[in-house]
Amino acid sequence: MNGFALYWRFIAVSVRSQMLYPTAFVLRFSSQFFVTIIEFGGVWVLFARFGHVRGWTFAQVALFYAIASIAFAIADGLSRGFDTVGPLFIKTGNFDRILLRPRSSALQITGQDFALTSAGRLVQGLAAFAVAIDLLKPDWGVAEFMLLAWAVAGGASLFISLKMLEGVLAFWTTEALEVANTLTYGGEAAAQYPLDIYTAWFRKLMTYFVPIGCSLYFPVALVLGHDAPGVPPWLAVLAPATGFAFLGVAAAVWRLGIRYYTSTGS
Amino acid sequence: MTTLALPYLSILRARFSLMLQYRTAAWAGVATQFWFGAIRVMTLVAFYAGTGRQPLNLAQVVTYIWLGQAFLALLPWAADAEIAANVESGNVGYERLRPVDTYFLWFARALAWRVANTCLRAGPVFVLAALVLPLTAMRDWSWRMPAGLDAAVLFLVSIALSALLSSAMTVLLNIVVTAVRTPRAAGFAMGFVNLFSGLVIPLALFPSWAQTFLLWQPFAGLADIPYRIYFGALSGAQAAEGITAQIVWVVLLVLLGQWWLDRVLSRIDMQGS
Repeated sequence: MNGFALYWRFIAVSVRSQMLYPTAFVLRFSSQFFVTIIEFGGVWVLFARFGHVRGWTFAQVALFYAIASIAFAIADGLSRGFDTVGPLFIKTGNFDRILLRPRSSALQITGQDFALTSAGRLVQGLAAFAVAIDLLKPDWGVAEFMLLAWAVAGGASLFISLKMLEGVLAFWTTEALEVANTLTYGGEAAAQYPLDIYTAWFRKLMTYFVPIGCSLYFPVALVLGHDAPGVPPWLAVLAPATGFAFLGVAAAVWRLGIRYYTSTGS
Repeated sequence: MTTLALPYLSILRARFSLMLQYRTAAWAGVATQFWFGAIRVMTLVAFYAGTGRQPLNLAQVVTYIWLGQAFLALLPWAADAEIAANVESGNVGYERLRPVDTYFLWFARALAWRVANTCLRAGPVFVLAALVLPLTAMRDWSWRMPAGLDAAVLFLVSIALSALLSSAMTVLLNIVVTAVRTPRAAGFAMGFVNLFSGLVIPLALFPSWAQTFLLWQPFAGLADIPYRIYFGALSGAQAAEGITAQIVWVVLLVLLGQWWLDRVLSRIDMQGS
């Protein structure tokens, strides 16, 4: 069985086990949708009072918000396993069993916990997208929608890499670290608004260090016909590729982490 | 009187010292809350740039955000984890055997949990946002001092009421969890708490026609009322109104909780052993 087939098998098992408790699933799914859609409602309240933020309208920000939420929801669903590497695998010693199997460890970790409940956030993102489209009434062609999908893919890869790095950190801490949320959830929160509303150092941090701006801000700004200063359109189109490059870096760090991993024993 | 209160006081003390064991987690929490506070401050600064008069000025909103981050652990986001676990295992039935009033036992546990967690986190956030930030180039983003001595005193009264209100709501969540027998039932509470306590957006920035309702709904007393008292946006008669709303809700929710808990516990089926 090749890697892909194995991964799908993993996901199918994970989905089936979560669906054994349908009520629990519905409750978690709908409460996540509810909590995240309320945050989006908060954005509307701010625009109802202030009208705009540095020239951006509610409809435009709704598009940023939607793309960031969708990308994060996909990443969260696929790679929730990295959140629990510390408590579920390192601390218990179960990670040793994973290393014994002749398959990629990252694939096993992500495959074991396909977080179906992040569909709540996904639906919230799609709702925000519908609001944005309804208000913008854009005359987009296929190219624009392709670019948005490309941005989602780049953004999701970036968020997956961040979670992967969080998992590597757990090799040493054996705990789930709340600090890691600053880049994952914090990155999502930052990307829900156009990056140019923030102060310079934060913008640079989110462009060069954690390239959330490259994957999400540049392409969406281009689609909205709002040139990011100093970024030509061809670069904005290519920018989400940094998300995949970052994933490559994270995977290398993961392998390095495994080389230095010492079992907690049991 | 003192002998009657003794069991509850020792619960308070025991839980407090338990919480203080988790210092590393608290430091991680502080760093996270400071970072999220900074992102929220930056967003609000951007909204305020080039706008006219608003119900709260920028310094007040920034202070509001930092207060929210410092007192985040006070919010009743979830049921008591231990009681929720007892509900799943069936051990909740033992609560009936204890020779103390179950309601006040749960209330004392909730209060100790919320207050201990807040004590650990509020101080460092204050040091970072109110003492360190003013020394940097990001002076405008710092947590400001209270409007005056009277505002400070009223704030302490009001935030103490917030702790009581939050504990009463936590016990209500415990009861819901016990009644429907799954800890996940409490998930929706977070949405209501976030929106109506002012954590997502300060309540004063909501449309003006909603303001009276927003002040008198139960969640305002968790955060918005004490914060507005702190920087003087609610003072005099308005501050009295806010504190009255808090007291009314504490009393109502405690009475509701006692009545409901009685009904739920009298119906518990003990299965097996």
